Amino acid sequence: MPLLHAVKHDVGYIPDDSVEQIAKGFNLSRAEVHGVISFYHDFNTSPTGQHCVQICRAEACQSMGSRQIEAHAKKSLGIEYGETTKDGKVTLQPVYCLGNCACSPSIRIDDDIHARVSAASFDQLMAELRSPATTHAGGKK
Amino acid sequence: MSMTFFIPQDTTALALGSDSVALTMASELKERGVEGGIIRNGSRGMFWLEPLLEVEIDGSRLGFGPVKSSDMPSILDSLNSRTKNTKSVNHPLFLGEVNEIDYLARQQRLTFNRAGVGDPLCIENYQRLSGFVGLTHAIKLKGQEIVDQIKDSGLRGRGGAAFPAGIKWQTVLDTVGEQKYIVCNADEGDSGTFADRLLMEADPYQLIEGMAIAGLAVGANQGYIYLRSEYPVAHKILNQAIERATEAGFLGENICSSGSDFFLEVRLGAGAYICGEETSLLESLEGKRGMVRAKPPLPAIEGLFGKPTVVNNVLTLGAVASILEQGSKTYKDFGMGRSRGTLAVQLAGNVKRGGVIELAFGVTLREVVEGFGCGTYSGRPIRAIQMGGPLGAFLPESQWDTPLDYESFAAIKAMIGHGGIVVFDDTVDMAAQARFAMEFCAVESCGKCTPCRIGATRGVEVIDRIVQNEDRDNNLILLTDLCDTMEFGSLCAMGGMTPFPVRSALAYFAEDFGGESPREN
Repeated sequence: MPLLHAVKHDVGYIPDDSVEQIAKGFNLSRAEVHGVISFYHDFNTSPTGQHCVQICRAEACQSMGSRQIEAHAKKSLGIEYGETTKDGKVTLQPVYCLGNCACSPSIRIDDDIHARVSAASFDQLMAELRSPATTHAGGKK
Repeated sequence: MSMTFFIPQDTTALALGSDSVALTMASELKERGVEGGIIRNGSRGMFWLEPLLEVEIDGSRLGFGPVKSSDMPSILDSLNSRTKNTKSVNHPLFLGEVNEIDYLARQQRLTFNRAGVGDPLCIENYQRLSGFVGLTHAIKLKGQEIVDQIKDSGLRGRGGAAFPAGIKWQTVLDTVGEQKYIVCNADEGDSGTFADRLLMEADPYQLIEGMAIAGLAVGANQGYIYLRSEYPVAHKILNQAIERATEAGFLGENICSSGSDFFLEVRLGAGAYICGEETSLLESLEGKRGMVRAKPPLPAIEGLFGKPTVVNNVLTLGAVASILEQGSKTYKDFGMGRSRGTLAVQLAGNVKRGGVIELAFGVTLREVVEGFGCGTYSGRPIRAIQMGGPLGAFLPESQWDTPLDYESFAAIKAMIGHGGIVVFDDTVDMAAQARFAMEFCAVESCGKCTPCRIGATRGVEVIDRIVQNEDRDNNLILLTDLCDTMEFGSLCAMGGMTPFPVRSALAYFAEDFGGESPREN
């Protein structure tokens, strides 16, 4: 797992051709390595956009309207979960609980968590991410 | 006039803009030439007041909150114009002495008494507040004596299953083995829970101390903290804390000149709810798919890499440090029945004053939600409360007078679990929540047991058919039957307890499922 996290951190995803190398290194079959990668939500096997935007889908956020934020995000970005915007800036993902449930609804942008998100503040955050001039503090290089 | 400012740096405060508050404060102080430092503390857990700015002045600790960057100039002005040696400041966000805020003053804090007081990474500060006293005691004791203290305290696992910690430790101590492990379950995945996170972010040394004590007790020299990847702030803080504790001799070789070693490492999860289940967690730590193991063998006998292993939740290990510091009797004196000590209740969702509330067992759910929470954030009436995470039952108003005690909750087919309370107002659609419980189980099931893996998917479909009034009576029978199969045919709580929220939604909120009359489940 630490190795898979390292690959994801450096490359941004777990490329298919790394599986064979990893398997060899740990004396495992490729199937076993594939099994581990596919089990965990974090280990995506294709590239994502520059920024990962995760919307919390858990109950506490639902009680504060995260379902509406979810619908708004998909509509305003024009993508579904797991997809990336055309400009390659934003990948949208669901997440189950960011542990910020007293100030729901929450979203995570890369390593930054934002509380009490509304449709308006979501739009503002997205505008900041997608404007070419700004580089987001928690963004990947 | 010397002032020290405290601005929290935990996830919630950061998510509400505490970094920009700190930046503004720093530049304001510089501009005004005011003498005063800024300490980035942990949160007190009063998340409804975050970002909470605290000022130490003339021996008082005064609070303002929730603050924005733009409030900094007016707060500094009000502090300047205040009458010396009084605790009164004329500002709309002024909260008075922080320890006297009723939300905090009415708590019984043992585990969280240090949270938010100072810089979480400062070892001197931790020691000044009785940190590492428990470890120093433990070093003088034999393993069995430490285990006896934990047994005497009545401490039960705070992760959700509430298994007596002392008995688990005894099993590991009694099992012969060269290599033993202490594993901390920090995969706090339940919605509405954040007490583990707060402890790790606001008082990480307490967890480290608890784990080192556990190592001494059972004879383990290696510990792992399995932390969920959704907690990037806690990850950073824990790694720094481990590094500093190792430098200071509280971790590593020959800890505190005791002759015993204890090495500690953080391992990151990768977004799988099931890995909070202890056997799945162990598989994941071993680098495998997080598939649940059948028990026996118990992890205490054959755990991580087949070796005897203590697996405890963050709060359990945190409580260990206070038990060894203050004695098992003090701890046991809190609580009711077989639930001893304190419970960190986490109040979340649609609630006006959410946060971590540490109280002795025995207080009722209503006292917490109404007395501390003060109703919903939206201002509408509360309709349902879900306690214990996504696998906990939805409770209607008639059950809110149940005391928080493991046995009392079990008696109404509900659970305290990890202590998370999620409040819903009257706009909630309970059929949608029941459907979500099944959907969540379908996404997060490890796939080992068929009732859980397939049953959850079928459950979503059956609920959809009920709501659409399609062959309603037969589908209701089918759903009840499916719930039975999942409950009795699954190895772990994921499949075994997903029926709890579904059944309770159907039993108490039947009107949301379409049809005319409420039905028995």
